[in-house]
Amino acid sequence: MKIIVAIKQVPERDAQVRIDPVGKWIEELDVQFALNESDAYALEEALQLKEKHGGEVIVISAGPERAGQVIREALAKGADRGIHIEADDLGSRDALGVARLLAAAIQPENPDLVLAGLQSEDLGLGQTGVILAELLGFPHSSLILHVDVTAKGLKVKRELEEGWFQSIELPLPAVLAIQSGGNKLRYATLMGIKRAKTKEVRRASAGELGADASPVVILEGISLPQKQRSTQILPGSPKEASAALVEKLRFEARVL
Amino acid sequence: MSGVLVVIEQRDGAIGRISWEAVAAGKFLGTKIGVDVGAAVIGAATESAAAQLSAKALAKVVRIEHALLAQYTSDGYSLALEQFIAQDKPEYVIFPHTYQVRDFVPALATRFGEMLISDVIAIADGPVFARQLLQGRLQGSYRHTGTGPCLVSVQAGAFRADALEAGSAQVSRFTPALDAAQIRTRPEPPFRGSEQTIDLGSAQLIVSVGRGIKDAENLPLVQELAKALGAELAASRPICDNGWLPMERQVGSSGQTVSPRLYLAVGISGAIQHLVGMKGAQCIAAINKDPDAPIFEVADYGIVGDLFEVVPALTEAVKAAKG
Ligand SMILES: Cc1cc2nc3c(=O)[nH]c(=O)nc-3n(C[C@H](O)[C@H](O)[C@H](O)COP(=O)(O)OP(=O)(O)OC[C@H]3O[C@@H](n4cnc5c(N)ncnc54)[C@H](O)[C@@H]3O)c2cc1C
Ligand SMILES: Nc1ncnc2c1ncn2[C@@H]1O[C@H](COP(=O)(O)O)[C@@H](O)[C@H]1O
Repeated sequence: MKIIVAIKQVPERDAQVRIDPVGKWIEELDVQFALNESDAYALEEALQLKEKHGGEVIVISAGPERAGQVIREALAKGADRGIHIEADDLGSRDALGVARLLAAAIQPENPDLVLAGLQSEDLGLGQTGVILAELLGFPHSSLILHVDVTAKGLKVKRELEEGWFQSIELPLPAVLAIQSGGNKLRYATLMGIKRAKTKEVRRASAGELGADASPVVILEGISLPQKQRSTQILPGSPKEASAALVEKLRFEARVL
Repeated sequence: MSGVLVVIEQRDGAIGRISWEAVAAGKFLGTKIGVDVGAAVIGAATESAAAQLSAKALAKVVRIEHALLAQYTSDGYSLALEQFIAQDKPEYVIFPHTYQVRDFVPALATRFGEMLISDVIAIADGPVFARQLLQGRLQGSYRHTGTGPCLVSVQAGAFRADALEAGSAQVSRFTPALDAAQIRTRPEPPFRGSEQTIDLGSAQLIVSVGRGIKDAENLPLVQELAKALGAELAASRPICDNGWLPMERQVGSSGQTVSPRLYLAVGISGAIQHLVGMKGAQCIAAINKDPDAPIFEVADYGIVGDLFEVVPALTEAVKAAKG
């Protein structure tokens, strides 16, 4: 089975973010970047499918030079090769524009299965995978925790709200948007890191893919969220703050 | 193109709160830009949901009905709504941001060369749509520039459903042209996950732990605090994803909804999918090292600090207070 996994590089979770001077995005120089969480699970699912059924795992990422890091990380974990769509202008493309880039690079590969993460941790749009399915003309399902290969295609476990699940059958080729938590993530081994250096990473420029970049939705600006409720922050040493909290909970909120 | 269309979600005739909130968002937008607001419901049996909608002050209610829409499928819902939108030509289509909407509306939008403005928390003049970025740490303002319909989904709790005015809307039917062969996925009936052995829903005191705890071996720290308080232990999703605590202890949109007297969040950032599960607590306290963590948006009391120092001190303070 030929599996393509779309992976995105996003600011690290604990990164302290600052808004840039034009108020359109964050100061990227301040932050460290990492592989998006649900994409790590999508990669893991792909690697496990390959281990069970054979085939090839190809990772694809659109982003600036630095996105090469997450491609190398995926290769070190066991992906066979990578495609890096070099684009410095992703911020000016909407999800449709980014998906068009990915679709243009994926189409000639004729994959059996395309996996994306459910949602990116920076933009949180939660839709690039589903758009990709529509552009490729493949059936899809999202919020997927587990994938089984059957005689007719796939049987997947989909998460529903409030602790419910559902099984869905769909034919191949297909696109799945993978939810976090379905598998245990692997680490790259030293051997893996060494072997990754010899693996192919093909570079494609946004221009040569020829995907339409005119946005239908634009991000006009970013800001700090308005404060809704005022939290009483209890100052002092851990001991003082703790004593104050217990006091408040007992005599002010009366919940203890 | 004109008007606002709200597409609600129903299950066996029941309309969830988030769908009513989407209706409220649609009304808010319609009033702002001065256009009519209608609502649509999709399914194989939509009469009861349509009757509930028609009792509100809406310009119209449409039943998009077909036997092939009995179960939700992305293909069925996309095709049906694509046909209705092509005929009705609304300028805005508003959805509740549910798992179902996440699954098919991006594909529907793509068919119109559009994209969904997802998980919107506010609508300002313009109209400009606000949504969270970086898990709630920042907010972005989005504007639609496409020439087709503008599709928007609204976050749970962002609009108030209780202020919807009563009315009597005309109900009409729309029968999409669907063929079973067009539906490529085969869904099976929903099932429950794990055994439910703990009833977090009725717990009065909850200590909930998040990724700030770093490792499973640090869990005894919060377990001791919970024990001192006589509280149940709960967790955010990553803790359960990692298998450090069973999934039945997960609070949030894909886990339990709780409404205790006290919810004490330890090392939890406060992502919306977590907040929807615990916002109803009578009192919320949070311990987090990041003063800008979104959890402090909903907390009544907060301690900004390292949980590895604060939690043991708090456990001692609780024990001392209890004598
Ligand atoms: C469709 C969908 C459904 C989801 N369902 C759920 C759900 O049901 N429940 C749920 O919880 N999540 C859910 N999520 C995930 C959610 O978006 C967040 O990723 C998750 O809630 C984050 O968990 P966290 O706060 O523990 O981790 P993080 O976001 O990583 O936050 C950790 C926090 O700990 C703090 N911290 C770190 N170290 C320390 C320290 N030493 N002392 C004090 N504080 C510290 C950090 O400042 C940070 O605020 C869902 C996501 C999606 C997309
Ligand atoms: N620039 C990108 N490069 C590769 N994959 C991406 C990119 N942007 C989004 N994706 C994929 O689409 C998923 C959903 O992203 P989003 O729609 O932004 O929430 C991510 O988890 C990735 O798998």
